Amino acid sequence: MYWEKEIETIDSIDLSKLQMARLGKTLKRAGKSPHYAKCFAEMDLDADGIRTPADMERLPLTTKEDLRENWPYGFLACSRDELIRMHSSSGTTGRATVIFHTAGDIAAWTNLLARCMYMVGMRRSDVFQNMMTYGLFTGGLGFHYGAEKIGALVIPAGAGNSKRQIQLIRDFETTAIHIIPSYALHLSSVFAEIGVDPRRDTRLRMAFLGAEPHSEKMRRKIEDLFGFKAFNSYGLSEMNGPGMAFECPEQNGMHIWEDNYIVEIIDPVTLKPVPDGEEGELVTTTLLREGMPILRYRTKDLTRIIPGPCPCGRTHRRIERIKGRTDDMMILKGVNIFPIQIEKKLMEIPGVGTNFVIILDREGYNDSLTVKVEVQRAFFGGDLKQLETLRRRIVEELKSDILITPRVDLVEPDSLPKSEGKAKRVIDNRKN
Amino acid sequence: MISYQISIFAENKPGRLAAVTRVLAKEKINIRATTISTSDTFGVINLIVDDPARAGEALTNAGMTVSLSRVLAVVIPDQPGGLDRLTQLLLAENVNINNAYGFVLEGHRKAVFVVSVDQIEKAEALLEKNGFQTLDSEALSAIEPFHYMKY
Repeated sequence: MYWEKEIETIDSIDLSKLQMARLGKTLKRAGKSPHYAKCFAEMDLDADGIRTPADMERLPLTTKEDLRENWPYGFLACSRDELIRMHSSSGTTGRATVIFHTAGDIAAWTNLLARCMYMVGMRRSDVFQNMMTYGLFTGGLGFHYGAEKIGALVIPAGAGNSKRQIQLIRDFETTAIHIIPSYALHLSSVFAEIGVDPRRDTRLRMAFLGAEPHSEKMRRKIEDLFGFKAFNSYGLSEMNGPGMAFECPEQNGMHIWEDNYIVEIIDPVTLKPVPDGEEGELVTTTLLREGMPILRYRTKDLTRIIPGPCPCGRTHRRIERIKGRTDDMMILKGVNIFPIQIEKKLMEIPGVGTNFVIILDREGYNDSLTVKVEVQRAFFGGDLKQLETLRRRIVEELKSDILITPRVDLVEPDSLPKSEGKAKRVIDNRKN
Repeated sequence: MISYQISIFAENKPGRLAAVTRVLAKEKINIRATTISTSDTFGVINLIVDDPARAGEALTNAGMTVSLSRVLAVVIPDQPGGLDRLTQLLLAENVNINNAYGFVLEGHRKAVFVVSVDQIEKAEALLEKNGFQTLDSEALSAIEPFHYMKY
């Protein structure tokens, strides 16, 4: 039942020793990157002085802004010749955040994904259909490599095209899938539409749900619709992507692999660590990254450590489902979107007024994004056609940037809350 | 002669037209004709009023998004074929009608047809040459209820 028994059940003293040894190496490597070299020099940091977990607080925090400001190579701790892969986060403001991997990085990441899937029972006899977008997004290739490492038959189906997905599931007797939860709900409705019962007419037995926070209720619903076990997966591209934390068969919190990451939960305001059990922002440090080590990365995700041992026997601590964000990032159909992206695009379009509101809805199983946009008073020429052209242009421009087709409603000038102060830009009506 | 049409951008929701008519009623502005075109969640209210400049100002002051545009208010006989003669004439000269609406001036005798066209000067000259009477805003405002005989 363990992929790597020794590591997965390591006791806390040995784990701490292992972490500190790996942290020492990580700091040495990080010091070779332009960003951390500058950071360490400014802080007059002696990497050898970091010896216990309590010393972590002396290390600098790293944010997405740091990554963006140092785009593309400022975090690189090795020569570019050593790199074999890059990935990029799906939603960003302006420049994407780019993560580079060496062969060692890909091997370590692949191993973590194999560990995750093996933990919940995937074996070489399984047929694994990966319904995530392949490409820059980490959810596609990450899981693909992990499943191959276990030896399962991998169907690299990619995202979308529901009827073909179902055809593949039936033709090749798929047993395990990797899927975005909102898409799982949609897929179940397509099953119903074509008169196929996933419980009776397929061999599906497990699903890995990722790329989108979801509630326990939604998981149970998906399990019920498909008749399989669904496991929550957590990760972010800055920390490799999926494989970072994963549910075990107990389905009570996600084990975050502490041999690969140092985990802290901090108060997002004071930036001080909070004790296990208390909610805060997840902050993680890579321990095996060669190409691009990242120290104390602020994930902006709110969660808590579930105190106490897990009945599964694994000693790596568990984090709870993500409760929310400390920033205003929205996740829609697995795509990360920041309101500022929408704002920037809108302000480039002539005829758009000053204020806008973003509304997120869930209609049936589908999430939708509506943007209400004020029209500039002077732009109005009395012509409906002109307004309709403006509306279509906004739809197209936003779609090219956020990769989701929004619904755009034009509204009268000064009819929306003013942009000054803390205007509520996002209204999330989605209920799980 | 050129006349003016007031267009108001309005969301397609209860109370928007009422807000417009409230302002005009208060200003004692008379509405001669109206059309509304909608595109799902928003639309444009077009009005022919007796004092477009004052109406535009009052609506703008009330916070509305207003545009004044030039239209032709053409007097046509209120009888079969009356409108056809006008449209055939515009067609013959390849003048495109973007929007049009009409109102009866004198039952069975005269009507006014408001057209928004792509080549307004050309259309105006064309109509004049062919004996059509066009009304300017002043003439439109002079139309008093029950005093149609002036025209």
